[in-house]
Amino acid sequence: MKEKEKLIINRKRLDGRDLYEMRKIEIQINPIKNSMGSAMFKFGKTWAIAATHGPRAAYPKWQQNPEFSILKTRYMMLPFSTWERSKPGISRRSIEISKVVNDALSNVIFLEDYPKTMIDVFIDIIEADASTRCAALNAASIALALAGVPLKDIVSSCSVGKIDGEIVLDIAGFEDNYGEVDCAVAMIPHEEKVLLLQMDGIVTKEEFKKMIMLAKEGCLKVYESQKTAIKQAFTNIIDIE
Amino acid sequence: MSNNNYVKNLIESGMRIDNRKFDEFREIEIKTNIIDRAEGSSIIKIGNTQIIVGVKLSVGEPFPDTPDEGILIVNAEFSPAASPSFEAGPPDENAIELARVVDRAIRESHCIDLKKLCIVPKEKVWNINIDIQVIDFDGNLIDAACMGTVAALKTTKIPKYENDEVDYEHREGELPLVDLPIYVTIYKIGDKLFVDPTKEEEEAADARISIATIQDGKICAIQKGGTGYFTISEIERAIEMSIIIGENLRNLFKH
Repeated sequence: MKEKEKLIINRKRLDGRDLYEMRKIEIQINPIKNSMGSAMFKFGKTWAIAATHGPRAAYPKWQQNPEFSILKTRYMMLPFSTWERSKPGISRRSIEISKVVNDALSNVIFLEDYPKTMIDVFIDIIEADASTRCAALNAASIALALAGVPLKDIVSSCSVGKIDGEIVLDIAGFEDNYGEVDCAVAMIPHEEKVLLLQMDGIVTKEEFKKMIMLAKEGCLKVYESQKTAIKQAFTNIIDIE
Repeated sequence: MSNNNYVKNLIESGMRIDNRKFDEFREIEIKTNIIDRAEGSSIIKIGNTQIIVGVKLSVGEPFPDTPDEGILIVNAEFSPAASPSFEAGPPDENAIELARVVDRAIRESHCIDLKKLCIVPKEKVWNINIDIQVIDFDGNLIDAACMGTVAALKTTKIPKYENDEVDYEHREGELPLVDLPIYVTIYKIGDKLFVDPTKEEEEAADARISIATIQDGKICAIQKGGTGYFTISEIERAIEMSIIIGENLRNLFKH
């Protein structure tokens, strides 16, 4: 095995970022014209496109719920999104991520407004440089808002982690591979409501507390960019930095 | 629905349907080495929840990025007999989530020394297949599945390997197990947090957060589930609870 390379040199990360610095966020509004509402969301190279269809009649029919609309989220990584080609289609990993993303989005949608219908959210990861489920959620919440689906709030998501013993914001691919901890968080940040939380790697409870507060700051930043993008829904590409 | 409301009202008034405290587990019963043909096995009962875990070892090629480490594979199946709501067929999203969440705690805690499971670097390593079979469902599957897995791993023996053949009928070594990851899942109804729900409590719960801890009290994996939310201060409370309760549960494994 190779000697482990340093991920932080002189308080800077390998891509030149500070410890608490997020990669550049890019948002594109309605890139998919056939969809009711769609959005592209980027954290640096990590690139997600989300598109929604519906509310429309639930199919198959036996799934119809007389009281609620059912939300169906499908997250998928495209074969060319990773260094080594990933097998097309739905993996066990994407089934789990679809489930937790679906749960987070369900929390903010007034599903009771559209009984007997379903709302589809399709999320494709075009390029994966870590934090893909966060980009997926951010794109999906914008897409739902643009589709006019009534929402209690927008879900904002970012990752935090621990690399070389330091707590950092927004994990990139090489940091995910060689770092100690990766933690994805989605919140309604100003209310401190956590809707998604998945962590792996070893931390103390004090380190975790620091991580979750940093995640809140990150989510607030994402939240502002999502809000700006939705407001400017009729201009095309905007860069927020 | 009315059942859910009954459980919710009870929890919000500080009580549970079986009179337990909010931080109290049901009785836990674990038996190991129940299957001769498996290299490691256990059956765990938490109340009426029952899970069998089997560990089978085989020899295969390592992954290219970890040429000198054994391979860990976790799979979970919900037997359709275990609940009227479970269906026959390939694992659904719930079974996949259970398997992946248990996998994460075992892997991230580094409780198995995978380097010791290398036979010939780049060519042959042991594959550890952990199969989790839910045979009766009464809530709290993540905690039960993880404890059942740890119990099965603790008794796993490595078969004899000679002339490129595995001799399953003779075993020589023990699995190198160096830590004991334990999940404690905290469920939430209103602003009340509690552990080890029955089926009725689990169905009524708004959300859950599973926190895996290791021997020194550090956290090694977290998974939040359900459509409800936790506030940051509720998560901090949940972490305190899981560290304390996890430490007590871990004592079940120390002889």
